[in-house]
Amino acid sequence: MHIEILGARYNKYINIDNLCKNVSNVFGLEVKFKKIVLDFGLAFDPHRLQYYSTKLLELIINSGNLNNDRKSIILTDLDLFVPILTYVFGEAELNGKAAIASSHRLHNEYYGLPRNDELLQSRIEKEIIHELGHTFGLIHCSDNFCVMHSSSYVEDIDLKYSDFCKECRKIYNSL
Amino acid sequence: MDNKNFGILIVDDEQIVRESLYRWFIEDGFRVETAENGADALRKLQKSSFDIAFVDIRMPGMDGLELQRRIKEIDKSISIIIITAFASVESAVRALKEGAYDYVTKPIDPDELSHIVSNIINQKKLMLENIQLKQKIEDLSQVEEIVGESPQIKKVFELILTVAKTDTTVLIRGESGTGKELVAKAIHANSSRKYFPIIPVNCGALNDNLLESELFGHERGAFTGAQYRRKGKFEMADGGTIFFDEIGNVSEKLQVDLLRVLETKQFTRLGGEQLINVDVRIICATNRDLEQAVKEGKFREDLYYRLNVFTIFLPPLRERKSDIPILVEHFIKKYSQVMSKPIMKIDPDALDVLMRYDWPGNVRELANAIERAMVIGKPPAIKKEDLPFQLLSNGVDKPLSDSLEEIERAHILKILNQCDWNITRSAEILGIDRATLYNKINKYKLR
Ligand SMILES: [Zn+2]
Ligand SMILES: [Zn+2]
Repeated sequence: MHIEILGARYNKYINIDNLCKNVSNVFGLEVKFKKIVLDFGLAFDPHRLQYYSTKLLELIINSGNLNNDRKSIILTDLDLFVPILTYVFGEAELNGKAAIASSHRLHNEYYGLPRNDELLQSRIEKEIIHELGHTFGLIHCSDNFCVMHSSSYVEDIDLKYSDFCKECRKIYNSL
Repeated sequence: MDNKNFGILIVDDEQIVRESLYRWFIEDGFRVETAENGADALRKLQKSSFDIAFVDIRMPGMDGLELQRRIKEIDKSISIIIITAFASVESAVRALKEGAYDYVTKPIDPDELSHIVSNIINQKKLMLENIQLKQKIEDLSQVEEIVGESPQIKKVFELILTVAKTDTTVLIRGESGTGKELVAKAIHANSSRKYFPIIPVNCGALNDNLLESELFGHERGAFTGAQYRRKGKFEMADGGTIFFDEIGNVSEKLQVDLLRVLETKQFTRLGGEQLINVDVRIICATNRDLEQAVKEGKFREDLYYRLNVFTIFLPPLRERKSDIPILVEHFIKKYSQVMSKPIMKIDPDALDVLMRYDWPGNVRELANAIERAMVIGKPPAIKKEDLPFQLLSNGVDKPLSDSLEEIERAHILKILNQCDWNITRSAEILGIDRATLYNKINKYKLR
């Protein structure tokens, strides 16, 4: 089993090497990075000016490139949504092969604050680990500091560690 | 309590909405189901129960408002959240007036969604905890009611503590009035299940059909008069203990049902299809000769072996008379508080009467005697004259009362105890019919 991060229109200020290293440490698995090109137009909603994350996931699921001993996650900087919600940071197939995470709303600039690459790096790292956690079957955790805690604000993400809590670690290790 | 114990139903005609909400809540670990219209939703509600329902206000056919009314008819405890577009906020407000928990406008802010749902869940958890806390306080006060220092009762304490730490099925045996229910509560209160309820079921008090629906619950419309879905005692006891008093009295049919639940820990509500899993500890009590009942074919042998894993025999009071003074002291203290009456002790010759009596009704009869004495007696002490007649007739003194009622009461109690509370046999011996005997048992409060 290994992890594959698929960069598609991702933010150039993200340090990919560090990202791969830290994700690899959390899961104890090899992490490979690959740039890909996706047909984003299929997922674009011209009224909301956002991208439908489930559609993007389907693009890679239907590409035939997924593999049973690999978890694949798209890294992007596009603003993602699902129709019923105003936005999502990411989405994953629970217990599946694919996930997606966006840095769009993880920038300080998005909230009118000065740019902070270090903060962006740690936020996207947590978001990637969180969504990958779902692909391993982990569900949301009530521990505020656990990376599997559900967060809808960046402030909540900043509160979390980029690692599982004891309980989630136990579940992950038992897989 | 885990999120997986909470059910969320999503009702919307748009597949996209159903799917995205489904995925959102599945990641929270909830049990999630979806329905594409009102009729579909009602079908799902008949099959399984939910805590929260998201209902789109505008749907072809049955609209959200109508569906909300129908859901509330099935299960009043479901929190309904109306999904609305900006244009139809007015009807959402009407839904609120009719009892909806809240409404959300499309597209929903994820933070708002998390907030509403966690509020509902927290309320439900709090309610559950309050019930459990109340139960716990009651349990603790119950345990103190087992009083005594005799070797016989100390053995019972020891058995309670030993078995409490396990999940073993316990059978408590003893004559009527020996305190079997107190022992069950003590086992529960000393077990790891103590924060969950102990639910008592009196198998002798209800007829077959009623007992069945009491135990397993029923779906709406399962029988005439079943207007709402109701949880049964097994479900209420989930995580805790269920206590079957007078287990020897259950019918053939219920014996079969019980055996199945004991083996599978699963059952369905009356009129329902959904298999419900429960985690309960089972404690039973009986004053009947179960072995004899098995021999006579009145009690299933397989059920008997299932129940008879760990047995606690409660000694009759006459076999631990050394506990009478301390029991008397305990009851005086208890009733003086309840009655706010300053009777704090008992005259030695009155205690002597109590020590000589055989107590066919056991500790319960003793408690009743003290209560009665405290009602009619005057402070500061209970006197011999304050005690019921049958105690005195059994002792050395001549009867103080010639009341026919007192004599009748004592005689009926004697026969009942002789017959192990077999009503048919007792009625035969007494030469009256069963109904009359039941009436007299109630009249004299023999139970
Ligand atoms: Zn998540
Ligand atoms: Zn966790």
